[in-house]
Amino acid sequence: MARIDVKKTYKLYIGGQFPRSESGRSYVVNDAKGNLMANAAQASRKDARDAVTAARAAFGGWSSRTAYNRSQVVYRIAEVLEGRRDQFVAELRTSEGVTSARANAAVDAAIDRLVWYAGWADKITQVVSSANPVAGPYFNISTPEPTGVVAVVAPTGPLLGLVSVVAPIITTGNTCVVIASEAHPLTSITLGEVMATSDLPGGVVNVLTGSVAEIAPWLASHMDVNGIDLTGVTDPELATSLEVAAADNLKRVRRAPDGEVDWLQTPGTDRLTDWLETKTVWHPIGI
Amino acid sequence: MTTTSASTSGAGVFDDITASDSSLRRFLHGLPGVDQVGAEARAASLGTRSIKTTAKAFAIDLAIRMVDLTTLEGQDTHGKVRALASKAMHPDPADPTCPMTAAVCVYPDMVATAKQTLGSSGVKVAAVATAFPSGRAALDIKLADTRDAVEAGADEIDMVIDRGAFLSGRYLEVYEEIVAVKEACGDAHLKIIFETGELQTYDNVRRASWLGMLAGGHFIKTSTGKVQPAATPPVTMIMLEAVRDFREQTGQMVGVKPAGGIKTTKDAIKYLVMVNEVAGPDWLDPDWFRFGASTLLNDLLMQRTKMATGRYSGPDYFTLD
Amino acid sequence: MVKVPERATPFFEYAPAPESRSIVDIKASYGLFIDGEFVDGHGKSFKTISPSSEEVLAEVAEADESDVDLAVKAARRAYSRTWGRMPGSERAKYLYRIARIIQERGRELAVLESIDNGKPIKESRDVDVPVVAAHFFYYAGWADKLSYAGLGPDPKALGVAGQVIPWNFPLLMLAWKIAPALAAGNTVVLKPAETTPLTALLFAEICQQADLPPGVVNIVTGAGATGQAIVAHPDVDKVAFTGSTDVGKAIARAVAGTKKKVTLELGGKAANIVFDDAPVDQAVEGIVNGIFFNQGHVCCAGSRLLVQESVADEVLEKLKRRMSTLRVGDPLDKNTDIGAINSAEQLAKIRELSEIGESEGGERWSPPCELPSNGFWFPPTLFTGVTQAHRIAREEIFGPVLSTLTFRTPKEAVEKANNTPYGLSAGVWTDKGSRILWMANQLRAGVVWANTFNKFDPTSPFGGYKESGFGREGGLPGLAAYLEGDR
Repeated sequence: MARIDVKKTYKLYIGGQFPRSESGRSYVVNDAKGNLMANAAQASRKDARDAVTAARAAFGGWSSRTAYNRSQVVYRIAEVLEGRRDQFVAELRTSEGVTSARANAAVDAAIDRLVWYAGWADKITQVVSSANPVAGPYFNISTPEPTGVVAVVAPTGPLLGLVSVVAPIITTGNTCVVIASEAHPLTSITLGEVMATSDLPGGVVNVLTGSVAEIAPWLASHMDVNGIDLTGVTDPELATSLEVAAADNLKRVRRAPDGEVDWLQTPGTDRLTDWLETKTVWHPIGI
Repeated sequence: MTTTSASTSGAGVFDDITASDSSLRRFLHGLPGVDQVGAEARAASLGTRSIKTTAKAFAIDLAIRMVDLTTLEGQDTHGKVRALASKAMHPDPADPTCPMTAAVCVYPDMVATAKQTLGSSGVKVAAVATAFPSGRAALDIKLADTRDAVEAGADEIDMVIDRGAFLSGRYLEVYEEIVAVKEACGDAHLKIIFETGELQTYDNVRRASWLGMLAGGHFIKTSTGKVQPAATPPVTMIMLEAVRDFREQTGQMVGVKPAGGIKTTKDAIKYLVMVNEVAGPDWLDPDWFRFGASTLLNDLLMQRTKMATGRYSGPDYFTLD
Repeated sequence: MVKVPERATPFFEYAPAPESRSIVDIKASYGLFIDGEFVDGHGKSFKTISPSSEEVLAEVAEADESDVDLAVKAARRAYSRTWGRMPGSERAKYLYRIARIIQERGRELAVLESIDNGKPIKESRDVDVPVVAAHFFYYAGWADKLSYAGLGPDPKALGVAGQVIPWNFPLLMLAWKIAPALAAGNTVVLKPAETTPLTALLFAEICQQADLPPGVVNIVTGAGATGQAIVAHPDVDKVAFTGSTDVGKAIARAVAGTKKKVTLELGGKAANIVFDDAPVDQAVEGIVNGIFFNQGHVCCAGSRLLVQESVADEVLEKLKRRMSTLRVGDPLDKNTDIGAINSAEQLAKIRELSEIGESEGGERWSPPCELPSNGFWFPPTLFTGVTQAHRIAREEIFGPVLSTLTFRTPKEAVEKANNTPYGLSAGVWTDKGSRILWMANQLRAGVVWANTFNKFDPTSPFGGYKESGFGREGGLPGLAAYLEGDR
């Protein structure tokens, strides 16, 4: 008799833990062929709130780590992901119905993207800082600091898409709450398992699965969220209403892209600089 | 009028501070720091006050009354000093309403001559003593220098501190020397010259100010006039802050005398604004603020004449001495 | 050292020293500056008054939507036909030319600014106007060096910038907006504040004098509706606003769903933190400068004094003494330190919040000072015994009112300083170097002044965290805010 395999329960990833939705809800996720793949947790507004709390709690510690340390942690995520690449290739093939070559390309790109961003952690400051020659006896420098807690609506690719939006946010010292791809959420939760075992402190990345239309407005209007990335929002009306809600506390908003994004391309630094604030410090020079 | 005993130390409450070199150092280094840039900006901003018409006339006469008309040259003669003393009494011979200066300031060997000329005019005689300007002599010589000047009739003694000792941190030595000189002064008032141009930092100016006040100086004075920079607005401001704070803590007033480099009426008025706004109007009096100067007086007189006549004057109309 | 005078010797009363206003020539009425010409608007007109005397200075056109449309069209034409195509080196020369004219006409600009805004002439003369000229000089030099800005080999201008500025630094905010926009190759439609339009209109004359091509700079005067029309105009590519956080939020909502880029420089409630080892006399100057500069009409004003408990009495004593020397009065008097409150509306707001401060238990103190009978005036005011729960510790008063709180440890100072929805600026006063750097790291604010306060320079980026807005003005980030490039 064939062995009965042990199926995984996909839950949320909040504060380094994997809780079910407090609402007790879940939704059916089918594979590319329309067969049941698993149930995903259907996060509620309270889960979103808890995730923000976790992200805020993690922000102080994460943002005050040295850039070198953050760099190593992000690189560690790449290492662990590399070790589990077969699992991700298989999940991507099942969930999205892509060829082995395409699934492998996505996993390769996701790993390489993490490595690319890991290297930025201790360089972006040097690229965007300035020593300002003010007209007076003052030492004056401007340096970037992380914006804070960033809410993200992740694009469709549950691995590469999510990595591409999350890695730059955390590399720069921010923490985030990500709403995973609604249609293909499972791989994002598996990615959460990778993060949970990669020296990444709990709460730096929090992954919610469920309805974007339901959860995103709570994040957009949340007064303890400092920025929102609308990359994965495909409905222009929803995007506009989220941007309007984000104005309540003047969140930094990254609007949804104009068209399809080719995530295989090497990105620029804009996803890093979007979540950085410039701090300028003055001090007199004298004896 | 609040009167204090003629004790030599600034106030009894400070006795512990001057008990040892280390306690004195702790106190002086515990004074709030001075940020150079901020202090200079504040002094410069006080210099932008615009003093016109009646205020200017008031300021000019006040400044004349505050001048310690000074000659401190190797080439000084009795004749030169007599001329200077006459000028101090009658700065503008053509105008009897012109006030006298506060004092003439000379080397000790010229005190008798100055005193003789000034008589009972009310113009004081100040003598620089204690191996002026370097102060590099043995203590007994400095004390003898002081006593000689006082015996010759000096009303005020302008002593120099031992900058070497100060800069090497031997504050108690500096303090004790001031106390000794003050004792040698008898009834004469003591002005303590720090030579701020050699002290280099405003922190040091503040420490020296407190050291001088603790030791019982009646005035603290910036410079000998022989070292550049001499008096500057920020240095004077730091000293005005010190006398203000000292009165706040002890109830006792100490005077301030910037000396050297103040040559124009405009400069003098800037100093008076500073006195007014930093230490307060109580210091706007020759008893509490002096200018150590020589050429300043003629510029004050020219400006005074301009205000009176409405036309610009020229140097030919004022005496050279 | 033997006596203290019973009473002050004759008081050194500074005689009035007024700057002559004959240097300025205020017209009876002003039109809109569109496409290089002054034109009549289609809307009504409004009066601008001198806040120090309530005298009507001029009638100014109120631009309606159709006027704004004309201005945007003119800007678009200038962008696509002249300015956007002009080599950067040529744009630079225009900006240098403007900078020079500002210097040449500096006294005129300063006097006009003080008349229309109410700020003391010593500030308009020594701060506003020189920094305005410096901004044009600084950004002029960028115009032909954009490829070195770190935005790729050929960064592009955004197009037409719609700019709305406040009344507290009318000409300076104009410079912060126009200089980088033009250097980057954009054209602009700018609306000065309703109560302070005159220096912007004089700037329009300076553009004419500089032969700036028509349409590159358009000045439309008006109130909130005019500003809304600029923000909402579909052909505006970039919106830059300095003003209140409430209006900033409305702008953020208005541009939602568009492709417009936005820079917002909004309110603040900065903490000015004084430690027990501070250079105390300079700290007192910094406190005074922090809250009484420009009547406290400063978004980055140090309106919350956080002083370490161990030195609180001493610092407050010195502060009160220093406040007693502040001279309130005629903005054109060269000895005036605090001028007029900009408007009756603002005065009412300051009064209201101050009364609330008192009713909530804050102890209110002002030095004795005689206020003129006409015009809008408020004495320099100090509140002690304030806690974080008081409204005067949380809300931006935008006036010469300082709220004092105390703290015991550096950590507590940081917590209190950051305990605000704003994050524009902060001040730290201590002689300990490592503590300065630690504090600078911890404070969530876009500008940290350590052992100084309220310093501005065109090379130095300025702007806030959190609800103080986003984007930076000044320096390279201020230029990048008007460019599209690959990072």
